[in-house]
Amino acid sequence: MTDLAEVAAPEAHPPMAHVRKVAMWVFLGSECIFFGSLLSTFLLYRTKTLDGPGAEEIFNIPFTSASSFILLMSSLTMVLAHHAHERRDSRATRIWLIGTALLGATFLAGQVFEFTEFVQEGLKISTSPFASSFYVLTGFHGAHVAVGVLMLTAMAFMSASGRLNDSEGMNVELVGLYWHFVDVVWIVLFTVVYLLQV
Amino acid sequence: MATVAEPVTIKSPGPPGVWGWLTTVDHKRIGILYGWSALFFFIVGGLEALLIRLQLVGPNQELLSADAYNQLFTMHGTTMVFLAVMPIAAAFANYFLPLMIGARDVAFPRLNAFSYWLFLFGGIFMYSSFFLGGAPDGGWFGYAPLSIEIPEVVRMDFWALGLLTLGVSSIGSSANFIATILTMRAPGMTLLRMPVFVWMMLVVSFLLIFSLPTVTVGLFQVLFDRNFGTLFYAADAGADPLLWQHLFWLFGHPEVYVLILPAMGIVSEVIPVFSRKPLFGYSFVVFAGVAIGFMGFGVWSHHMFTSGMGPVAESGFAVATMMIAVPTGIKIFNWLGTIWGGQLRLTTAMLFALGFIGMFTIGGLSGVLHSIVPSDSQQHDTYFVVAHFHYVLFGGSILGSLAGLYYWFPKMTGRLLNERIGKWHFWLTLIGFNLTFAPMHFLGLIGQPRRTYRYPEGVGLDFWNLAATVGAFVIAVSVLFLIYNIVVSRRNGEIAGRDPWDARTVEWLTASPPAEHNFDEIPIVTARDDLWERKYTIDDNGYPVARENPNIPALKEPDELGEIHMPSASYYPALTALGVVIAMFGLAYLPVGFAAVGVGAMVMAWGIFGWSMEPVAKDHAGHGDEEHDGD
Repeated sequence: MTDLAEVAAPEAHPPMAHVRKVAMWVFLGSECIFFGSLLSTFLLYRTKTLDGPGAEEIFNIPFTSASSFILLMSSLTMVLAHHAHERRDSRATRIWLIGTALLGATFLAGQVFEFTEFVQEGLKISTSPFASSFYVLTGFHGAHVAVGVLMLTAMAFMSASGRLNDSEGMNVELVGLYWHFVDVVWIVLFTVVYLLQV
Repeated sequence: MATVAEPVTIKSPGPPGVWGWLTTVDHKRIGILYGWSALFFFIVGGLEALLIRLQLVGPNQELLSADAYNQLFTMHGTTMVFLAVMPIAAAFANYFLPLMIGARDVAFPRLNAFSYWLFLFGGIFMYSSFFLGGAPDGGWFGYAPLSIEIPEVVRMDFWALGLLTLGVSSIGSSANFIATILTMRAPGMTLLRMPVFVWMMLVVSFLLIFSLPTVTVGLFQVLFDRNFGTLFYAADAGADPLLWQHLFWLFGHPEVYVLILPAMGIVSEVIPVFSRKPLFGYSFVVFAGVAIGFMGFGVWSHHMFTSGMGPVAESGFAVATMMIAVPTGIKIFNWLGTIWGGQLRLTTAMLFALGFIGMFTIGGLSGVLHSIVPSDSQQHDTYFVVAHFHYVLFGGSILGSLAGLYYWFPKMTGRLLNERIGKWHFWLTLIGFNLTFAPMHFLGLIGQPRRTYRYPEGVGLDFWNLAATVGAFVIAVSVLFLIYNIVVSRRNGEIAGRDPWDARTVEWLTASPPAEHNFDEIPIVTARDDLWERKYTIDDNGYPVARENPNIPALKEPDELGEIHMPSASYYPALTALGVVIAMFGLAYLPVGFAAVGVGAMVMAWGIFGWSMEPVAKDHAGHGDEEHDGD
């Protein structure tokens, strides 16, 4: 009835790296709907600017393009970190992890700068439904980047003290999945929220 | 039946005492914790219902103020959905899902514990509002912009923060269940050999994963509107109040299936066992469940037929709503087909399962009425709707869960629940339930509005309201029978043995209650009803005949076991959950609460740090466990 040759030995626990990857993908699926709902809200309110500035008056496309480029490059360094980790080259892993975290932090700094500019130009979170939905959407994305930066930094420290272990605690591949996801979300946000509105 | 010498002593595995329970990562103990907590909140929600019914016992009652009434119906709905029915399903899923697929535990035992503590603390957090100036009073659906008014009164902050907490808990356990089901099945346990209950929990987990984020976004928007001056629901600023309804019901309707599918899974286990027949049309039942999962995302706007969406949207959602009755009907006919020609044993579990089929069908039929837009517009916000969803939620989810309790209690405790008290419990429940909710159909059609704390004399509402209140107290008496039965049978119930019902699935292959490691040897599964196939073969006429040598491995003594690595106990999940809730208290009282937010964040950080750094199993590093992913 059953081809027992196909199945694993009864006592074998499935490799935890694989199990955790399944859970991570499921979590990211959930995150898609989360950002989708925030984005829908933004699209509903994009023209509701009241007396405050609208997208065309406020967005600084060259600046945000530059910070978007920085975030995209961090995906490349993340891949390099993962690759180095696969080669068991822990020094290169650390360098690329730190590099990724620094690029992420640079993006965050850009966002802080951008928000400050917008507020000075009269776009506060309570100015209009457009402003509320813009700040909450991009703010939640920024929070995700910040969590990613924390995880990358923690992993670099763990790698330095030799505690980076594929089957336990954090692992480069999982954080990589998360990081790439956050980048992909930004590609959508930058296109829909910035480029299509000006 | 298999006769194997069984040990007669029943011992509960795991370290004793409060600390043992607080730090447990054993899925069975977490399941029991979920069960007790759900029972507690079910009783609290039931007491709220009794107060509501007392207020409505006659015209112009003075028992409750309008304000108290608003708090009670809000907390009754919120409690029953999020703190009673969902956790009952979580209790059974935690306890039995790994056992039914032949695993030693869930994929992430500590995440599992974290989900439980977050649920418990979140529930306590919401209830603490009763002592802090009043409970949430905006309905379980918390319609904006009503919910963002009066930001100085923090009631709806408690509601929104509490639901966010419970949402994180549900996302955690859903990801956990999905990973467990997809990767940790015993050898030979292919997807289409899995028990239907496991299948339904898989569908439920995906429903939660994809539906919770929308309400999460809505809850954040309400919180920000209330506390940070955003304008998501400020109608005078051009904001669209319907946004909340879409975000809420896009979660809220899949949530309906989250509540009913576990019960459908349970009766799909119970009915075959007590009919001594395999489930009729197993694949149809499974795929109907999957279809319900998909279609459940396409019907949410039938909650909004009176909001003026226009004829196109209304027709589309009306048709989708009618369509979803089809897979539901398929399941009902499959259960009937299983019963047909079976050798029925009318145990209490079977009675509850049969009650489920009948009552759920009535609720399903009144549900189809709501898909007809003109009819729904008349019934909207009347007691007819209350009657409908209590037939599917009480008549469906609760009766199904009680079937599961009577069926699985012996596996969890080693002792059977008393059948005589059980039958009293069943009949009182059935009579009380119908006496309470059947009259609400009439009340609704006469025109009694929901969520209204008084009605005038002489408009034809007196008699049926009195009947409903009497019925509610009959239900209350039936719950006393249940509690008495649990308390008595835990101590003195008949010893169950491994397989008291002559059951079909592998959870009955191990001891009752199972040892911490579940199975001495992981079973190798060769058939859909694996345990049944181990015990029975089929004669020429298709009737089951007991095998001479049933393939039931003997239970081993502890010293006969090889080394089995189980995850170590950990207090970090409970600590992290505690940190979350401290932060929630702070967020409810911004800006003065910032200090508490800071303290909570530090406790959380301590918990997460300890969690990531501690080895999973103290003597063994190879078996990995999960991390906290920073979500």
